[in-house]
Amino acid sequence: MSLNLEDVARIARLARLELSAVERETTRDQLNDILGFIEQLQAVDTTGIEPMAHAVDVVQRLRPDVVTETDHRADFQAVAPETEAGLYLVPRVVE
Amino acid sequence: MSDLINSSLRDLSAALAARKLSAVELATLFLDRIEKLNPALNAFITTDRDKTLAQARAADATLKSGDGATALTGMPVAHKDIFCTRGWRTTCGSKILANFISPYDANVVEKLDGAGMVTLGKLNMDEFAMGSSNETSYFGPVKNPWDVSCVPGGSSGGSAAAISARLAPAATGTDTGGSIRQPAALCGLTGLKPTYGVVSRYGMIAFASSLDQGGPMAKSAEDCALLLNAMAGFDARDSTSLERPQEDYRRDLEKPLAGLKIGLPREFFGAGMDADVRVAVDAALAEYRKLGAVTVDVSLPNSGLSVPAYYVIAPAEASSNLSRFDGVRYGYRAPEYADLAEMYSRSRAQGFGDEVKRRILIGTYVLSHGYYDAYYLQAQKIRRLIAGDFVAAFKECDVIMGPTSPSVAFAFGAKSADPVQMYLADIYTISTNLAGLPGMSLPCGFGNNNMPVGLQIIGNWFGEAKMLNVAHRYQKATDWHTRMPGGLE
Repeated sequence: MSLNLEDVARIARLARLELSAVERETTRDQLNDILGFIEQLQAVDTTGIEPMAHAVDVVQRLRPDVVTETDHRADFQAVAPETEAGLYLVPRVVE
Repeated sequence: MSDLINSSLRDLSAALAARKLSAVELATLFLDRIEKLNPALNAFITTDRDKTLAQARAADATLKSGDGATALTGMPVAHKDIFCTRGWRTTCGSKILANFISPYDANVVEKLDGAGMVTLGKLNMDEFAMGSSNETSYFGPVKNPWDVSCVPGGSSGGSAAAISARLAPAATGTDTGGSIRQPAALCGLTGLKPTYGVVSRYGMIAFASSLDQGGPMAKSAEDCALLLNAMAGFDARDSTSLERPQEDYRRDLEKPLAGLKIGLPREFFGAGMDADVRVAVDAALAEYRKLGAVTVDVSLPNSGLSVPAYYVIAPAEASSNLSRFDGVRYGYRAPEYADLAEMYSRSRAQGFGDEVKRRILIGTYVLSHGYYDAYYLQAQKIRRLIAGDFVAAFKECDVIMGPTSPSVAFAFGAKSADPVQMYLADIYTISTNLAGLPGMSLPCGFGNNNMPVGLQIIGNWFGEAKMLNVAHRYQKATDWHTRMPGGLE
């Protein structure tokens, strides 16, 4: 299947990427090229094959439930676009 | 001076230990070269002479007291700008992080700093490591020192160009689909991608987490072994870091190759490879036979599916990883927006370049409701088939060899208009990442326009020491790895 302009707009919204009308058109064409290329995967019979999520079979490590992180708020907020009183500032979300 | 810039890490280390040279003198030599040659090559995004010299002075003090000195104390290194370095700008080649000063060090940086290495600066790269030519960097493309009209490869193109032009004796790189090996091939140096999980990903800005792996880039296999000794090791802060005993990757360097079985996948020697690359790779295989190795035919029947499978898995993981760039906690924020949703979508639209956006969109699509099974799950099943091919092949051989890249370095613009053509530049390297195997590239001659050709060695899982042995013995018998581009001065 190939994507139309509405599909591209929907995907861009899901990805939180603003696209202009012109960008939507080039994006549609390029995404369709790429999807056409990966389409060949559909022809492979993978019945009974276990999906491989990771390169090495490992199980999630557990650690003792103790505090390991120290306070880095000042360090981390020093690189934020906008902070005040130790808080990150964003546009009003609740009227 | 030309002696020093061409010296191995071992020789430089010996010169420092014998007090023939100080770490400050060595760092200054490379900083001066960077100042002179980088404007033409664009390999470095950030340098900071004061920071570098402070580290060099500390290394000199360590060498003088002898307390805590290692084989790498005072050795200059440059970091791909994907590795967070405390107090240094860490951009990942992107506008969205153009002013990001990292508040912490990546594990790899911590380890190399701890070993006494001296940071020369931060190296240019494809934006978020997405690219095979370095043309996607927000900071402009890196030039190939062998011919500045050609790409250096990517995404660790800055690392490759810096070593090739002798602006640094060693560098860090990362490899998600070939990003250490392909630029190493195109710039004529040696690079190693370890088995997934050997080097910690902590502080290495994530692209595709199930594939990303950091590794060393240098002039020779011996130097890579020395670097890997310091880079590898368990790190609890990376949930996929492997708990394994520490290895000495130099332990087998000198082992003779008599009886070594080299597997040649027939799929790697087909029509896709340019004739000039084939000549150089065949000559390297002839040299290996002279060294006592035997070659056997093997097959990786599903390797043709590796590029399409990769372009489902990697963008899917990237779309998830890159959702953290929201203009709230760090990075670029758009100057104008009406509400929170617009702040996100505009900051991301203005902060990311075209290739990164394309991959985020592809990834978002293949993970979206109704398509997950058809794309992502199917790609993961094919990933298992690809890994299974290697399991079968390694029953017949000790290492696998082939070309690293189907062609020598190509001209700027040659593939940048067609994403799929660019993706195929990694056709021989991607299957290794999908399987989690270690791989190397080493120089094995020159092809068209006198551009370097890389020989790829793929090792079995945790076969780094074997690969390094195989590469080192070849480098003792040949001198391709000692060649440097002319006409730079």
